[in-house]
Amino acid sequence: MDVSLTLIVIMAVLFAAGVYAMMERSLTRVLIGFLLLGNATNLLLLIVMGVPGTAPFYGEEGKVSDPLPQALTLTAIVITFAVSAFLLALIYRSWQLGQADTVEDDLGDIAVRERTDAEEELFDDESSREDEDATTDFVGVSTAPITVLHMRDHPSIDDDAPVDLPDRSAAEPDDDGGDRS
Amino acid sequence: MLLLLAVFLAGSVILPFLVRWLGAQAFVLGALIPAAAFVHTLVQTPQVMDARDAPFESYSWIPQLGLNLSMRMDVLGWVLTLIVTGVGALVLLYCRWYFFDDGREVGQFAGVLLGFAGAMYGLVLTDDLVMLVMFWELTSILSYLLIGHYRRRAASRRAALQALLVTTLGGLVMFVGVILLVIEAGTASIQELLALAPTGPLIDAAVVMLLIGAITKSALFPFHFWLPGAMAAPTPVSAYLHAAAMVKAGIYLIARFAPIFAMSAPWRPIVITLGVLTLLLGGIQALRETDLKRILAFGTVSQLGFFAVAVGYGTPAAALAGLALVIGHALFKSALFLIVGVIDRQLSTRDIDELSGLGRQATVMATAAFISIASMMGVAPTIGYVAKESTLAALLEDAQHGSVWGWVALIGATIGAVLTAAYGCRFLWGAFWRKRDRDGTAMPETAWPDPPVGFLSAPIILAGLTIAAGIGAPAVDAALQGYATSLGPEAPGHLALWHGLEPALLLSVGAIAAGIGVFVLSIRTRWDRRRRMLPFTAADAYYLVMRGVDRLSVLTTSLTQRGSLPLYVGTIFVVLLAAEATALVAALPERLALSAWHTPVQIVVAPVMAVAGIVAVRARKRYTGVVLVSVTGLGMVVLFATSGAPDLALTQILVETVTMVTFALVLRRLPSRMGEHNASVGRIPRAVLAVGVGVVMASVAIVATQARMFDPISLDFPQLAYDLGHGKNVVNVALVDLRGWDTMGELSVLVLAATGVASLVFVTHRADLLSATRDLPETTRRSTARRPLVETDQGPRFQTTENRGAPRAWLVSGQQVKAENRSLLLEVIVRVLFHTIILVSIYLLFAGHNLPGGGFAGGLVAGMALVMRYIAGGRWELGAAAPTDAGRLLGAGLVLAVGAAFVPLFFGMAPLQSAVWEAEVPLLGHLEFVSSTIFDVGVYLTVIGLVLDVLRSLGAEVDRQALETRGRGVTT
Repeated sequence: MDVSLTLIVIMAVLFAAGVYAMMERSLTRVLIGFLLLGNATNLLLLIVMGVPGTAPFYGEEGKVSDPLPQALTLTAIVITFAVSAFLLALIYRSWQLGQADTVEDDLGDIAVRERTDAEEELFDDESSREDEDATTDFVGVSTAPITVLHMRDHPSIDDDAPVDLPDRSAAEPDDDGGDRS
Repeated sequence: MLLLLAVFLAGSVILPFLVRWLGAQAFVLGALIPAAAFVHTLVQTPQVMDARDAPFESYSWIPQLGLNLSMRMDVLGWVLTLIVTGVGALVLLYCRWYFFDDGREVGQFAGVLLGFAGAMYGLVLTDDLVMLVMFWELTSILSYLLIGHYRRRAASRRAALQALLVTTLGGLVMFVGVILLVIEAGTASIQELLALAPTGPLIDAAVVMLLIGAITKSALFPFHFWLPGAMAAPTPVSAYLHAAAMVKAGIYLIARFAPIFAMSAPWRPIVITLGVLTLLLGGIQALRETDLKRILAFGTVSQLGFFAVAVGYGTPAAALAGLALVIGHALFKSALFLIVGVIDRQLSTRDIDELSGLGRQATVMATAAFISIASMMGVAPTIGYVAKESTLAALLEDAQHGSVWGWVALIGATIGAVLTAAYGCRFLWGAFWRKRDRDGTAMPETAWPDPPVGFLSAPIILAGLTIAAGIGAPAVDAALQGYATSLGPEAPGHLALWHGLEPALLLSVGAIAAGIGVFVLSIRTRWDRRRRMLPFTAADAYYLVMRGVDRLSVLTTSLTQRGSLPLYVGTIFVVLLAAEATALVAALPERLALSAWHTPVQIVVAPVMAVAGIVAVRARKRYTGVVLVSVTGLGMVVLFATSGAPDLALTQILVETVTMVTFALVLRRLPSRMGEHNASVGRIPRAVLAVGVGVVMASVAIVATQARMFDPISLDFPQLAYDLGHGKNVVNVALVDLRGWDTMGELSVLVLAATGVASLVFVTHRADLLSATRDLPETTRRSTARRPLVETDQGPRFQTTENRGAPRAWLVSGQQVKAENRSLLLEVIVRVLFHTIILVSIYLLFAGHNLPGGGFAGGLVAGMALVMRYIAGGRWELGAAAPTDAGRLLGAGLVLAVGAAFVPLFFGMAPLQSAVWEAEVPLLGHLEFVSSTIFDVGVYLTVIGLVLDVLRSLGAEVDRQALETRGRGVTT
């Protein structure tokens, strides 16, 4: 398949320029790089179209340009616009917040890096073991024992009478910190 | 059995609601389900005992994978089902008294506990090994929820996570083993596996992995630590999971496969060594605990080691005794846990130092505890005695036949029995005795509030069964023979209360006596209060590993996430460079077909584009850079136009224009120069990388095009476009029909990008109020509507005799713009051209099927019309021009496109397939309508929506924000 050297040279130059600009910290330059890269990629698609012919319409006689790369390129052009609009919105927002359109190193990532050297205890957010040795299920709950009066306490009492629910008011401050109404 | 499984599932879903309704009473209803399963199992007994005809049900779940939900009740399954359902029913019943709070959490708890019982039911009955793993994991997850029931306690959460991690780790390893086994043996049915009895090195590996699963689940050394930790669970959970059910799962697995794998190379060394170690370790630690529940927990660990030895030993006699041990343990350990629960519930403590003299006051409970402990220590006439006696006898017999493992197991079991007796005494003493404190004075008796009989019913029933099973040993023996005989041809012997004066009896009695002695010594010498002998526990190892994992993750994160955008982008390009360069070197073309240029225009455009690209990168002013980039874009237009791609040229020039406008909208808010802090750094490495990527991409273009060997697929496109898509513009038909899915994907990207732009600018809300602010006068009279609008103090009004002198209103919102910013010329031009441009855009949309144009071009042209209105009349004009929200346009476009894709499905066609309607209409002539036009309309609307969203965000909203800022007196 015959390709045009001129197009390849333009493409290479655009790729190089785009990559160079994309590695800047200034978002505007990143965007310029992105657009150059977009054009370069469209050129790549144009190159793989091969030797150009007439526009691809049904019924055209003679050599017709390859329609498939064209369809791909068309999609790419519009998407490049959409993404660059998004990048512009990012630039605007970045300017609005920080009066700068540069991307600094992420603070969270730097914090993580510093944490590597920090004390180990910091990793475990639940390292407090104060309630480890609780010898009851009912930590922080005011329970009342379930009791029944026995027959021996009063003749009319049946030993099996189910009286299991304690006074609700006594059980109020339960283990969820008492946020129940 | 399958039906019962479904009932368990349904019950666990309904039970939480019942608890909310009925309070803790609902636990009784929940207990009915395992009770029903228990009765069902009992009814099956005759059939189970007839080994040839075990009850079997199967439901084909995923036939493609050979997954069957099959259940089979043989003797082993029958025994464990009785334990799981029987104890389950009693524990649920017990919960009715244990939980005083009937809130949400208890409801959830009840559901999970019942679900757990169901999972155990499935686990012990399923005949499919893969299903077994699923039930296994299910119990792990549900036990996580149960152990972590007191979710506000850190200790509880930590214990739950620890149990989950350990058991799922084992479960995963086991899963690998199961897969290995299933593939190697060619069946997932346990029944068939037992019949096949496969062997080989791979099977041995699988056996080791199965055992790892069993060891983690049954808390054998070195994974025993999670079980004492899990005592943070509510006590009924401990009674069920950690005495009767979950920890038995591992023992069940060992028992299940002992008949075929006990004699394989890795089995005995693992099972017996770890079993004996666990047995001793748990026993010693149980002697040092002061929390009643932890005494029982370490006791359980110790006993589990004992079971592993007995059940995994592999002779029929040991298997028979081991299974009896499992039954005995389920009865006595659950009873003991439940009794501890009663004590804790009544006195809010389980500390043996705070309890004194309960035995005298709570005689019934103390009796039940005494019986259970007797069974644990192996005192007649309990089932525990029968089982232990037989175990020792079985091990002794094998040892006398010269088996080394027999001696190891026997000595371990005997020392274990001493320790068991000792901590059994410690439990009774701790819970019920009158104690003396350090000075030797008697502690006052703890006052004991009598609980209702119902609360004690579960431990009493269990203690009763302990005795009944002991006395009814021959019946138990008869039932278990079916399993024991599957281990080998030798006679397994019999379970009985009295075998005569045998060496095993002497061992047993001696062990009990020694155990009591050890206990007394440990109290006298205060050995039990001394600090631990080893400074290091298995739990510490666990925490060490967990911390290591945390550390590793932080380390990896800090290594890979450097947080620098240039570094990330650079990494991508370095990878691209390295990978592509290697691939290129490997595939250098043999011959080159290169032309210097294809059309003379290329050689004209080339230097312009190249120079513009390079200078754009070095530009110091933003506008300069943008304009130069635009030059390269326009160069593309020329190249497209001269390469037989009119659609591309059209679209590119439109996009180039809209992009310029968008840039202008944002850059007007930024300083024109890129400041000092924007200066480039690291130029040389970047330049090297950049040139590298350029060269590599050039090589890709050359190599890829030279490598073509076949005719391109697109040669058929023109014919296909006409036949299938009924259109002559091949590129357009490719977009809406032949390769419509690509376009569909693109539309989603457009919608996302537009939404992203809007949310970045609007930040808090998306609603667009611009279109709601039209203050046009309404009229119904046609004659008035024909009159032109004029600008009055109240806004635009229809021209009347009074305001004849007012200036013509060319645009609806022209007045909103400050006078010095208005341009009459622009307003007139926009007024004249707007509707024409919209018409052109619609023409492009519909003509695109056969001529250059289409949805993209049409949408962009319509977008340009909106841009014009905005530029001439500001944001109010934009609101007037686009009477609807951009989001609605985007949504409508996507809906149309998706609809065009899916509607053909209803007519039995492929998605996105085109249909055509033709008609002869008078005056208009022959008309054709192709259904893919609807798709193109979707594209059209989406593109307009995108442009509108960009305009109202980066244009109108930025205007408004700037005005607001200025209003606050802040200059930017």
